[in-house]
Amino acid sequence: MSPAPVDGAVGPAAGPAEERRLHPFTPLRRAWVPIAATVGVLAQQGDQAGRWVADLSALLRVAALAGLVMVFGAYGFLSWWFTHYAITDTELRIRSGLLFRRTAHIRLDRLQAVDVTRPLLARLTGVASLRLDVIGTEEKDQLSFLSEKEAVALRAELLARAAGFAPEEAVRLGEAPERELLRVSPRELVVSLLLNLGIWALLVPGLTVPAVVWWLSSSPWAALVSVLPMLGAVWAGTAGRFLTEYDWRVAESPDGLRLDHGLLDRAHETVPPGRVQNVRIVEPLLWRRRGLVRVELKVAGSNNTVLVPVATRDAASAVVARVLPGVDLAALSFSGSPRTGSRWVVPVWWKGYALAVSPEVFAARHGRLCRRTEIVPHAKVQSVRFTQGPWARARGVADVHVDTGANCTVTARLRPEPEAATLLHAQAARSRTSRASARPDRWMTARPPAPETGAGAESGA
Amino acid sequence: METGTMGETGGPAWVGLPGGLLTLRRTLLVIWTVLLAVVTAVGTGLTLGPAWAVLGVFWLLVLAWGWVLLGRNWRSWRYAERADDLLISRGVLWREETVVPYGRMQLVEVTSGPLERRFGLASVQLHTAAAASDAKIPGLVPAEAERLRDRLTALGEARSAGL
Repeated sequence: MSPAPVDGAVGPAAGPAEERRLHPFTPLRRAWVPIAATVGVLAQQGDQAGRWVADLSALLRVAALAGLVMVFGAYGFLSWWFTHYAITDTELRIRSGLLFRRTAHIRLDRLQAVDVTRPLLARLTGVASLRLDVIGTEEKDQLSFLSEKEAVALRAELLARAAGFAPEEAVRLGEAPERELLRVSPRELVVSLLLNLGIWALLVPGLTVPAVVWWLSSSPWAALVSVLPMLGAVWAGTAGRFLTEYDWRVAESPDGLRLDHGLLDRAHETVPPGRVQNVRIVEPLLWRRRGLVRVELKVAGSNNTVLVPVATRDAASAVVARVLPGVDLAALSFSGSPRTGSRWVVPVWWKGYALAVSPEVFAARHGRLCRRTEIVPHAKVQSVRFTQGPWARARGVADVHVDTGANCTVTARLRPEPEAATLLHAQAARSRTSRASARPDRWMTARPPAPETGAGAESGA
Repeated sequence: METGTMGETGGPAWVGLPGGLLTLRRTLLVIWTVLLAVVTAVGTGLTLGPAWAVLGVFWLLVLAWGWVLLGRNWRSWRYAERADDLLISRGVLWREETVVPYGRMQLVEVTSGPLERRFGLASVQLHTAAAASDAKIPGLVPAEAERLRDRLTALGEARSAGL
């Protein structure tokens, strides 16, 4: 319907871009869900539906089923037929909707991450769904499904365009080469999950509560019902995590960071350079003696939170050094909260609070059993706040909060008051200078002029 | 109360809030406490005996206390426009000081409710990409609020930075 230009080579003049459809498997998948739901509802109605179905003759029964399949099949087909996507110079456009038309314009320079996921069923049929993480995108703004080859090619093209390459070049470049940084073996993963204190703590009530319930009510069903929520939690903490974190691979490419993981559902995430807002290093109690850590990250608009499920401290800091260039975890020197003031504001736990500020990052630590270290690059700081309650003031301590774009706040708690006051302004100044020298949004375009030439460096990006 | 100058060499040039906000808050306080005092005095006086009407004095004490408190709170609010960021400081017991760089502002909002309008006041609210950094300056004169909005927007555009 559109006067499509010669295949592939869309000029930079950004005429009506070539519109494409999703994989023909999509209608099957879309139709299958409501059919299954209807059958499920009927089955749940039990007796009544059974009697109603028994009243019908065999011919009518087949006809009803065929009708059901036809209606939902038509729905699936039409929704597929009316869904198009197109890539222009600046955006990915997804048009969809049967009755209510909806067009999502996703700006490529605002791209925070790209995820290709292959759920189990989709893997069997060789398709994948592709999602662009931009702030404000919804669940339905993903392309599901594309053939696997197409999804990978599209990801490469989108990343190349987002990086600032010309369109023809973006198509030609293909997948950027990658270099593996870290791989988590299944054994390491299992050991780390078994060393999770929270799961073991759950087992104690998980075993005693059903026993007590059984003894009191003498009904095994009541005991089973009482144990279900805890089983759910244990499942999510062990087997669920095992399934998603199986064969975790972290690799690096000019496109950014690549994370591939999953046993049944495979997920492939790509985080372009300079998108990470916050890195958190988690050290549970039982992991610390073995020198194991878990690394989590925050990217605005994205729901992936894990960077490395488990690794030794050295391996993890090597990965962090790639994610946040120039950051050396071992070189961060943490200073604790002052004993005299903090002891009375937060008893016992005050010892867990510590702060380190390096030329690149602001790092705050808290927690005694499970130690968490939150690291924010200065360039990602949105605002800085100083707060102090009456009790803390009497003790001469104050808190400094650093807000980042991924909607998380890192707090340096219980700093000596004069230090906190100077920290507030020093942090604002540091964030300003490192912002001026940060990489542009389109990361393969030329770097902005050196920071000393002044503000307004990024206006052309 | 002159603004727009930046004491880059010395400390920041702090600007307090105009008196309108204090008048508004104190007026509200007087209306409510006097109303409650009358209700309490009449209610207890009629039901328990005339001597109990003295209980109404309690609300007058609240009024005196609140009068002082509102004054202190109003005096604690101040803001400063620096070359690259905006400072907002507030609170007497729970002190809070916020620094928002101009380049990080996503949206500047000027709001004015019906009561605020009656007293000739407007508030300026700044939004960044982080929801936690809520920076609000209440009770400004509308002209100053608009000047601040225009200046912040202009500075935000000049120093704009990505996420």
